Order: sequence, then structure tokens, then C-alpha cells
Amino acid sequence: MIELKNVSIVFNQGTVNENQALSNINLKVKEGDFITIIGSNGAGKSTLFNTIAGTHLPSRGEILVNDRNVTRDPEYKRAQYIGRIFQNPTLGTASNMSLEDNMMITYKKGFKWLKRSLNNKMREYFKTELVQLRMGLEDRMKENLVMFSGGQRQAITLLMMVLSKPALILLDEHTAALDPKNAEIILELTNKFIKEQKLTSMMITHNMSHAIEFGNRLLMMDKGEIIFDIEGEAKKALTVEKLIQKFHELRHKSFENDRTLLSEE
Amino acid sequence: MIEGIFVEGLIYGIMVLGVFISFRILDFPDLTVDGSFPLGAALMVQCLLMGMNGWLALLVAFAGGVVAGMITAVIHNHLKVPNLLAGILTMTMLYSVNIRILGNRANVPILKHETLLTQVTDRLTGIIPDEYILLVFFLAVALVVKVLLDLFFRTDLGLTMGAMGNNEQMVISQGVDPRTLKTVGVGLSNGLVALSGAFAAQYLGFADVGLGQGIIVSGLASVMIGEFLVLKSNRIGVLTFCALAGSILFYAVMYLGRYYGYVINMTPSDLNLIKGVLIICLLILTQFTKLKKIGIKAVVAK
Repeated sequence: MIELKNVSIVFNQGTVNENQALSNINLKVKEGDFITIIGSNGAGKSTLFNTIAGTHLPSRGEILVNDRNVTRDPEYKRAQYIGRIFQNPTLGTASNMSLEDNMMITYKKGFKWLKRSLNNKMREYFKTELVQLRMGLEDRMKENLVMFSGGQRQAITLLMMVLSKPALILLDEHTAALDPKNAEIILELTNKFIKEQKLTSMMITHNMSHAIEFGNRLLMMDKGEIIFDIEGEAKKALTVEKLIQKFHELRHKSFENDRTLLSEE
Repeated sequence: MIEGIFVEGLIYGIMVLGVFISFRILDFPDLTVDGSFPLGAALMVQCLLMGMNGWLALLVAFAGGVVAGMITAVIHNHLKVPNLLAGILTMTMLYSVNIRILGNRANVPILKHETLLTQVTDRLTGIIPDEYILLVFFLAVALVVKVLLDLFFRTDLGLTMGAMGNNEQMVISQGVDPRTLKTVGVGLSNGLVALSGAFAAQYLGFADVGLGQGIIVSGLASVMIGEFLVLKSNRIGVLTFCALAGSILFYAVMYLGRYYGYVINMTPSDLNLIKGVLIICLLILTQFTKLKKIGIKAVVAK
């Protein structure tokens, strides 16, 4: 479905600040994959997402979507088939607009014309979909998003992204800015939607047990490389200890700052 | 006298609606306005002098403004120039363009010529008392513009544009090119400003290249006054109403300053200072009300 061929990204090329953010990434995401990605800060996880989404154009290499070369496509074009949720809950919705307006904007991808689509039928549809979140939001359709909590906003962003039926979804630590209870709710919703709709998805997390618990495939990144790629039955057999062990083996270095690297809870 | 205050507020109110779109909805501080206002006036006057139909001339003025705004947006989008600078560039270029349109003159009168306003006055004489004709006419014009804008901002395109100033990433994530939205939005904004300039020229009886000087400050002050009138609302109809009401209030203050300022030894040239001070006061007031709100929340939390 999505394929990265020898993708490298170098920031500030030719200066003292030169930084190889991604080096020679080869990755094939298959339809229906749910991939979790772990790695320390600066490992290149977010850069990988930015490259797939089109925020950064690769310095070398190609990106193919269903065998079509999209390497040079700008972000807004790729957004037609890629859904993305950020760590910051305010990035997915417009604060000064009502819930129903937000839902109308995010309902369909692509350029919007001079058509008025928000009618009572749409409102009813949005309400029935909101019920799934079990947050009572269906009764707050006219309220501005600024009145909602981070968890609620992230849930709305998630729901709207699922309704727009993207071919691939990128979740960039989308629960990291939430309190533990809300993070749990959002994670459960995410898992439910991905299973129900059979969405192809990639999720960055700092939580190793989440990375093991969710998804059918796991990537470990370090210094701009994918150092470990495991899927299926082999992934199910993973434990947190085995993962740390694996990192030691692969990198031949002591893991002094394990705890800052990857959290276990 | 009271009609005069309202008429001015309504004519410039159309410009204020334009400023409201760029500053508040798109979050695009656009200084093209200082050039597109006299552009509208110049186009209107020249078209009328050429004998064009008044309504058609109005359309030409509007289109001229749209093009001016789009040029600013394109400079900003494609040359990666900050929006303020892009606006200043277009505004500066428009100064020369406006003088060209006026036939290498800085001021062209149209007092003895037939305009839309004289036509309307002729038609309505006897039906409405003479002194209220212009008031009724401009009230109708401003309301039509307001209602059309309200309708526009409820369409899918309008809603997305509303999200633009709030959260550009959200717009990109929807697969919409933010550059297109900026071009449409800033174009529309300047179209309205030029339309306002076209009406102002007919009302004043001349077009002048200096007509737009400082108009952005007046527009911004009006928008801010309007925002003080009603507490936070997310309904576009309320917001555009506030902009119009703010304009009427602002121009009423300016009108009084011009006519009765001499009492406190004020001259018309002092008005620019007053406008600036007014904006600063409004900014201070905004900060103050924000602080007060936080204070109230803290008390409630306890």
C-alpha cells in the first residue's frame, strides 16, 4: 500500500548543524497493518511521519502509494488519503468554532465549494456518531471547541478522521498530552475504530507495553534507522524485557537511560 | 445630522466587514486595504465619467479590489513574504495605479455628474423624506452585503475559511491548500473594501488617491469596538452585525470630533492621533477584561 524506498532526510545539509534525521529507510506498509513505533527522543519517529505525510520532502529516496510515486506531493494533497492526529489536541480542531461546524469541515476531504451541506440531516448523523464516544458530546453540538477538554477534542478528532475514511492513519503520540484516564479512553477508542473499520494505521508511542499490546507489527527506531521490525505471532510473544534485551543486542550499547527512553507503564 | 453619522458608518461599514474577514477570520493582517479603498473610488468615478451604468461600475470596482487582494495573497503565498510586507507592497504599487486610473491626477471630482446616488435620490423623492433617502439606501446596501457574507460563511468553503485563521494545520489535514483559501479570502476582503471606496467616492463627490490613508486603522478600530458590544459568540451573523455596529459607532465619534472638536480646540488633523489612541485604549481594555475573566475563574475554582 505505502512503500518507502531508501528514504533519507538530512536537515541543514552542509552546515555545522547537519543532522541526518532519517537514513535509508525501507518500509512497506501493507493494507490492514496496525504498526506501533517505539524509539527514544530524536530517533526519527516523528520525522518518519512527517515524511510520509508530506510535511518534509525527503532528501533522497521515493515514497509510493499504491505504486504511485508521491515523493514530491505537498502535504495537503496527501492529506486526501492520509489521516493524522498530533500530540497536541488543539491541532485537530478549530477552537473558535462550534462542534457541528468543526464536524462539517472535517467530514469530507478535499476542496470545499460554495455548497451548504450542514443541514438537519447532517446534524442527526453527527449526533448518532458522537454517541459512540460516550462523552455526552451529542448534546453540545453548538458549543465552541474551546469549551471542551483535551481528551474530548482528541476523541472528536479521532472520530472525524475515521469518518473521512483515510487509507492510512498516522497517530503521533496522540495520547501523550492527556491525563492517564483520558489517555486510556482515547487508546481504547482508537483500537476499537481501527478494528471495526479495518484501518491501516501507524502509531508512535513512548509506552512499550502499549506498543506490544496493540497492533500486529512493531517497529523500533534509533538514530534515524528502523533497527527492529517484528510482526504476527513473533510480536505477540514479545515482552518489555525482551524488547529492552533486543535493543542491547542490536545497538551494543548499555541502556543507561532506559527509563528516560521508553516508559513501561 | 444624525443621518449623516449613520450614512458614513454604513458606507465605511462595508470596508469594516472586509477588514473583519482578513484580520479576524483569516488572521491575515492585510494592509492592501489602504490602496484598494481608493482603487474602488477611482474605478467607480472613471467608469461613471465614461458613461457606464452605475451598477456595472460598482461591479468593476469590486472586481478591481478582488484582484488587488489576490495579488497580495499570491505575493505572500508564492514568494514566502510575510503577509504584512506583501500588503505594503501591493498598497505602494496601487498608489501609482490609482493615479493612472484617475488620468494622472490625484483628485477627480464627480459632483455634477450622475451617480448611483443621484439616481436613487431621483427615484425615491416623494416616497421617503429627502433627508432619509441615503440613509435607507445605505442601510439596505450594508444589510445585503452582510446577509450575503453570512450565507457565504455557512457554506462548506466559508466554514473551512473560518477554520483557517484558527488552525491552519486542520485545513491542510482536510486536503485543502491553505494558499487557495488565503487567495479567495483576501480577494473577497479587498473586493468589499473597494466596494466601500466606490460608494464613498459617490457620497463625497470625488475620488482622491489619499482617500485610503489610514483606512486600515479606522477599520481595525471599528472591528474592535464591535467586539466590545457583544460577548463572545460563534455565530457569524452576530459577528458581522458587530462589525457594522462598530463602524457606525466609530464614525459617529469621528463625525462628532470633526464638527464639535473645535470646542476643545481640536482640528481635523488631530483625528489620526485620536484613532491611534482609541485603538491603544481598546487593546488595554481587552487585556483588562481578559484578566478579569481569569480572576473570576480563579474565584469560582476556589
